Amino acid sequence: MTIATSGLVLEATGISKTYGAVVALKSASLAVRPGEVHALMGANGAGKSTLVKILTGAVRPDGGSIAVRGRQRTVHSPAEARHGGLVSVYQDPAIIPDLDIRANLRLTETPLEPFRHWLAEFGLADLDLSSLARRLPLASLRVIDLARALAIEPDVLMLDEMTAALPANLTERVLEVIGGMRGGDRSVVFISHRMSEIGSVCDRATVLREGETVGVVDVSAGSEERIVDLMLGQIVEHSMPQAEHAAQRQDGDRTPRLSVQALSQGTKLHDVSFDLHAGEVLGVVALEGQGQDELFQVLSGGKRPSSGQIVVDGTSVSFRHPADAIRAGLVYVAADRAEALLMQRSVRENIALPFIARIGRWGLIDLHRERRTVDEAVSRLQIDARAGNEVRRLSGGNQQKVTIARWVAGGVHTMLCFDPTRGIDIRTKQQIYVLLRELAEAGAAVLLYTSELKEVQLVCDRAIVIFGGQVVAEIDRADADEATLLHAAYHLQSGAALPEELAATAVVATGGEEPAAATHEPEVPA
Amino acid sequence: MTALAVTTRRRNPDLAEWARRDSWTIGLIVLLGLLLGFTKLVQPNYGAFGIQGLGISIMPLAFAAVAQAIVVIAGGIDLSIGSMMALTSVVAATQMEGQSGTFGVAVVAGVLLLGIALGALNGGLVVATRVPDIIVTLATSFVWAGLALLVTAAPGGAAAPWLMSLTTGAFLSDWLPKAAIVLVVIVAAIWIPLSRSRLGVSLYAVGSDQLAAFRSGVAIGRTKVIAYAIAGLFGGLAGLSLTASTGIGTPVPGPYTLQSVAAVVLGGVSLAGGRGGVFGPIVAVIVLQLIQNDTTFLGIDPNYALVVQGVILVGVLILGSLLESRRAG
Amino acid sequence: MAAVAASGRGRAAAAWRTTLRDRPIIPLIGLLALLVLAIEAADFGIVTPEWAGVIVRASIPLAILAGCQTLTMLTGGIDLSVASVASMAGFVTATLVNSPGGVAQGIVVVLVAAALVGLVNGVGVGIFRVHPLITTLGMSFVVDGLANVWQLQTVQTGAGVPPVLRTMGSGIVGDVVPYSLVVFVPLAAAIMLGLRRTGYGRLLFAIGDNPVAARLSGVRSWQVLVVLYVISALMAAVAGLLISGLTNTASVTLVDTSLLPSVAAAVIGGTSIFGGRGGFGGTMVGALILTVLSALITVLGMPEPTNQVVFGSIIVIVAAAYTRVTSES
Repeated sequence: MTIATSGLVLEATGISKTYGAVVALKSASLAVRPGEVHALMGANGAGKSTLVKILTGAVRPDGGSIAVRGRQRTVHSPAEARHGGLVSVYQDPAIIPDLDIRANLRLTETPLEPFRHWLAEFGLADLDLSSLARRLPLASLRVIDLARALAIEPDVLMLDEMTAALPANLTERVLEVIGGMRGGDRSVVFISHRMSEIGSVCDRATVLREGETVGVVDVSAGSEERIVDLMLGQIVEHSMPQAEHAAQRQDGDRTPRLSVQALSQGTKLHDVSFDLHAGEVLGVVALEGQGQDELFQVLSGGKRPSSGQIVVDGTSVSFRHPADAIRAGLVYVAADRAEALLMQRSVRENIALPFIARIGRWGLIDLHRERRTVDEAVSRLQIDARAGNEVRRLSGGNQQKVTIARWVAGGVHTMLCFDPTRGIDIRTKQQIYVLLRELAEAGAAVLLYTSELKEVQLVCDRAIVIFGGQVVAEIDRADADEATLLHAAYHLQSGAALPEELAATAVVATGGEEPAAATHEPEVPA
Repeated sequence: MTALAVTTRRRNPDLAEWARRDSWTIGLIVLLGLLLGFTKLVQPNYGAFGIQGLGISIMPLAFAAVAQAIVVIAGGIDLSIGSMMALTSVVAATQMEGQSGTFGVAVVAGVLLLGIALGALNGGLVVATRVPDIIVTLATSFVWAGLALLVTAAPGGAAAPWLMSLTTGAFLSDWLPKAAIVLVVIVAAIWIPLSRSRLGVSLYAVGSDQLAAFRSGVAIGRTKVIAYAIAGLFGGLAGLSLTASTGIGTPVPGPYTLQSVAAVVLGGVSLAGGRGGVFGPIVAVIVLQLIQNDTTFLGIDPNYALVVQGVILVGVLILGSLLESRRAG
Repeated sequence: MAAVAASGRGRAAAAWRTTLRDRPIIPLIGLLALLVLAIEAADFGIVTPEWAGVIVRASIPLAILAGCQTLTMLTGGIDLSVASVASMAGFVTATLVNSPGGVAQGIVVVLVAAALVGLVNGVGVGIFRVHPLITTLGMSFVVDGLANVWQLQTVQTGAGVPPVLRTMGSGIVGDVVPYSLVVFVPLAAAIMLGLRRTGYGRLLFAIGDNPVAARLSGVRSWQVLVVLYVISALMAAVAGLLISGLTNTASVTLVDTSLLPSVAAAVIGGTSIFGGRGGFGGTMVGALILTVLSALITVLGMPEPTNQVVFGSIIVIVAAAYTRVTSES
């Protein structure tokens, strides 16, 4: 079959993959035309990442066939896939931290000139190729990974949540470059949870549900609804919960639950002050790396502030360890589940972990009481704990619920949520939104950083915007639409174009220490 | 963009970068210098003869440390090195006994091949069974040690005279012990081309981030097996230098496995893999040996040398962790 | 029909895998039984209650040392100082027999010394974050060195293993029940109960599984680790006392050969070197398996070093089986 007759760059049919008892892919198919940007959509656990890993040789399929430009291919390793024209950029950059960039390029046999060209395209022309990868910020590494992939000129470039940890300005550039590939000879497979990105760059979308391809949609105005319908299957719930926001105007004289006063930390956080009241969900909005990481780390006891005060219920506190913050009632829900969970232990042990942390609780455990508490939390969060013997067997959404249940079980005083819905499916997101509102209505205080600006209006009572380590705006729920928040996040007064310098500082400021997120399936073969 | 340029472009990037990357080795060399000075102070007679003795005494452990360093860089650890040395040493000594010098050359070649095979077997088992390196090599350490005892139950055999003369005495100047020259030439001849090849880069890649290495197209399994095989080669060299320096083969493993781990760590190789080189560990071996010599000179019970080595090993790492946390905080 | 049968077989295989993963003790006991059958087949009539008593007596100190490895490995650590501490304990007690306080004083001194070693290990690992392998390795140098120094100073006093320890270590009631069970049964019960039912036990698993998660949940892991390494050193000292009683020997290198078997017994028993998985039940069976295996080799009349070769091979095989069943996901 020639290109002319098949007209497809990549055609995968009937791909299946089982991990032990878990069916990751039942029968997935994907057909990519030349010159198109093709979205791969699906809720968490639908099998998108597995499919991409199979296409790039990182995981071997149990069945199905893959053809590139009409020729059948079996790909056994990423190296082979690359020679066959299939290259993927993963969520966590495939860059060796202890090697410099030049050695990294050598490892993948990447030509230098095109690489430099693409780097310049993304505004990193000045990058020193002899710098060690681990000294570069995560955002730069992702861009380097992308530039490297582009430099190889693959037939099909696969981008798995490429924009997830990028600052907005870089996201824009990446989307521009991807958009620019439309109509050429090469194609892009694009995975993203952000519907707006799909709408702006993609031609068609393949939707996976529970390991099967359930439809292919032409992307156009109004196709979003159809994609969401396909992703969700029977249970169609377009609308997010419009929680009843009681008029929660705080009386001026009421003591705030948490009062942050002139807090600074290192070079990232400068003089941040705000109050968080009981019964309130306060949103934190910021571009990547504006100091929100440090703010949450300081509040949860992970880092010490350089100056400033934290006041809880009118009492000044200082934390030297997360245990201190927990004792003061400040509990922390991390975005990265791999960071928060004991993957080989049971749901029960994970939820009960905070209760045995103190030396005073090292003795015998009251198993009956523990079971009661844990069961309560499990049912409240609707955790599907059938595979509860080991948390690593749960889906991503269920895992995130376990990290929240841990704190809910003990009664929440103040909850600090750092992007709790990152990379999880719509249904679980909704459940988490509802839970946060319920907690607030029951009298808890919630501080919520989210990278999805839509969430703010749904969940928060008001939001503060942080830019360059400072609070630059406070926005009421009523005004907190995406456009307003975005402008505030860029610290712009109007919708004027983004100044170059600002964009660059945003890249540079992104902290280099952010750990590469996400748990990965074991894909390295023996 | 300007900000980025400022952070990445320095006046003298090469020198600064070198100092930053190799600060550990530099510190170690300074420590070595201080120790040499101290040695001269406590033992005014210390001179060419002492250096020659030092050259011979460090050789087995130095090769073992190089072997260990290569495996650790590639993200593994080899607890079988000491036993491997015992096995290769007794094989060499029993085969060379009563044979001609030329036959001795064949024996040396054979023993080196044996080392490579033992190492490759270690690596192959690690890759094929996916059992952690520490367990596999712990297990094979039993096997090699058992085999060594089966080869000869008691210390014995002999080394070819040319082999012994290769490691004793000096070359050109009294201050250049032959053993040290042999050591440096062999290590440099193997390591320098290796570390500049794609294979060398792959060793670091596999040790630093296995998943990223795999996704970058590195054949993980093959690279690991090669790393262990090269370590086996150096293990064989270490065994040969044991035979050369003692003139016999001893079937009971010395303390080399654990000491090689200590030397590697002191030599700036991260146990997490992906960082360090082979010359730092060699310097560390010299430092450890000098400490032992000095305690003897000072008339201190030589057992205190062991104590001092232990304290230095832990102390240096505690210092390192303090510096690290200060930098991070 | 065929499909049903196939899936039935698949289910059986899956059930087998689950058993090996979650209840490794069942197949391990099977393996132990096989070895006992083999030894009976090799030498008919050897397996008697008396024989069993001797095997259990020999396994107890090994099981205790392997318990040190089990507990530390659960947190992702390891304790390489157990052999040195155990040797030191047996030796120092013997040298203090003629002291005013007699054996009791000796044992107290030894336990205090062991606790100090454990404390240093714990501080190094827990507070300064030095790799456990290195910390405990360094401490083993220190303990060995100091024990040697002690040996030189007390060589005249005429050390002897006190009769109490000989009874405790080697005595057998009614030719069947070893005395050392008096020490071992309460100790084993405490470990098993502690791991399953106490907060402290849970924390060992938690720290080994994910130290970051433990910290975020408010666990101060240094507290857990300091206590852990003290416990480990105390257990090692107890094992050392039993071994010196069992062998009627006081020597500073007595227990050295048991270091690697102690790790091996824990690994065979199903404790993961990476932490977060394992338990003491399997470790005890692992110690029995290793002891019976040596007995079998002796009965078969194979040269003693064969022991080590077989030991090594079985470790790889058993560990590979565990890796197979636990790595699917």
